[in-house]
Amino acid sequence: MIVLQLFGALGRLILRRLEHLGGVFIMLLQVVRGLPRAGRYAGETVEQMHRVGVGSMGLVALTSVFTGAVATVQARYQFSNLVPDMFLGTVVAKSVFIELGPVLTALVVAGRVSASMAAELGTMRVTEQIDALETLAVPPTDYLIVPRFIAGACMLPAVTACADLLAILGGWIVAVTTLGVSSQIFISGLRTFFELGDVFGGLIKAFVFGIVIAHMGCFFGMATSGGAEGVGRATTRAVVAACVLILLNDYLLAEILSRVVFA
Amino acid sequence: MNHVVVEVRDVYKRFGNNVILDGISFQIRAGERAVILGRSGGGKSVLLRHLVGLVHPDSGSIRLFDQELVGLKREELYALRLQVGVLFQGAALLDSMSVYENVTLGLRTHSDLQEDELRQRADAKLAEVGLPGIGDAMPASLSGGMRKRVGLARAIAMDPPVILYDEPTTGLDPVMSDVINNLILLYGRRPNVTSVVVTHDMTSAFKVGTRFLMLHKGRILFDGDAAALRACADPRIAGFIAGDAEALDLLR
Repeated sequence: MIVLQLFGALGRLILRRLEHLGGVFIMLLQVVRGLPRAGRYAGETVEQMHRVGVGSMGLVALTSVFTGAVATVQARYQFSNLVPDMFLGTVVAKSVFIELGPVLTALVVAGRVSASMAAELGTMRVTEQIDALETLAVPPTDYLIVPRFIAGACMLPAVTACADLLAILGGWIVAVTTLGVSSQIFISGLRTFFELGDVFGGLIKAFVFGIVIAHMGCFFGMATSGGAEGVGRATTRAVVAACVLILLNDYLLAEILSRVVFA
Repeated sequence: MNHVVVEVRDVYKRFGNNVILDGISFQIRAGERAVILGRSGGGKSVLLRHLVGLVHPDSGSIRLFDQELVGLKREELYALRLQVGVLFQGAALLDSMSVYENVTLGLRTHSDLQEDELRQRADAKLAEVGLPGIGDAMPASLSGGMRKRVGLARAIAMDPPVILYDEPTTGLDPVMSDVINNLILLYGRRPNVTSVVVTHDMTSAFKVGTRFLMLHKGRILFDGDAAALRACADPRIAGFIAGDAEALDLLR
């Protein structure tokens, strides 16, 4: 009897997870189908781009400058006196363009944007605002979801590009002011081994992460039920899912890009 | 006899183990002001949501203007919804939009009206519900009664022939409730406008209704006019109308 109950519970859990996964893919499909009508709600898209891009810049700038600074200090420590200082700029730039810039920016933006999207859409769900859109024959996917996906996909690469520059700037400031490395040596190391493919690969990652952030925020927001508690739960789930998927996609993209772009 | 606008046939709906609608059937004809009564949590709002395709039945049929809602394509469903206005329990105004944008949202999406025409239309509808000149206000700055009236202005913005009201007087003081009742009567008395009101406020129900359906345990316990409802000998119905706590056990 207990074994049967256990199997029953396990089956229900698996079914719930599969239903969840199905919902995620259905939303993605609905967004793709809604893209041709995106122009109808251009104002909403611009508003979302402003929120995702401009709204995140302060936090991203702060994180990036310190990331670059820490990367420089750590690299210098690892080098000891075995590697010439010229490679300091190289290491910092490579790590920022390929990995630190896109991933840290995505994690910071996920904490801010996925949470905000889930909370906003979740509140709209529990206060029947999304039902009101439905009854006015305004498709919620076109009006609410597609603009957020476009904003995430377009703005995350832009924010990441700024973050890359600021991280390099942070690294340069620390190298010159506290580590005694000359500006010329740092920049020369950065330029000698600079490859546009590194930046491009990082921005491809940022594009995917932008979609992940918007997707999780929208999915958990739209699936909200149960009042204020439900909104809180949706917000937490959106951020956790976005962060996990960013790290998972980072690995998958690293595998793919290392064969295609970084090869 | 007027034509049938809403037809519900053998509709079953359950959420988990809870049976909400247990095979109910009824018709509503053009021009009727049907009031759906019942205890809180008795499935009235779920039934109302079925009528506009927000919820689909587990089995059974819902027809609106002779079109089956179950299995309808999205575009066809949206076309049908343009003929239905809905006033939600909490008004459901979009927080991010001004009153004017809320009222004109449907028109903006589904008509070619220019901005000044939209503004005129919104101003006219807001004046009808007794709120002239508040178009630029944000929903957060409005009282409960004002939000309900803006919600009503939005529901009637496209002059739909069917208007659904979900608990229109809940949370309002008696005077504001009467204002809302008068507005329901005002629109409901227009030629061929059909109103469906979900409520457990009996003062409101008797004021606006021409026909009464009482839901109990997912089934229709009563269907008739005001005189028949008042004269009904069923202790569950009499107790509900009187608001008698002793009827609670009967209505469980």
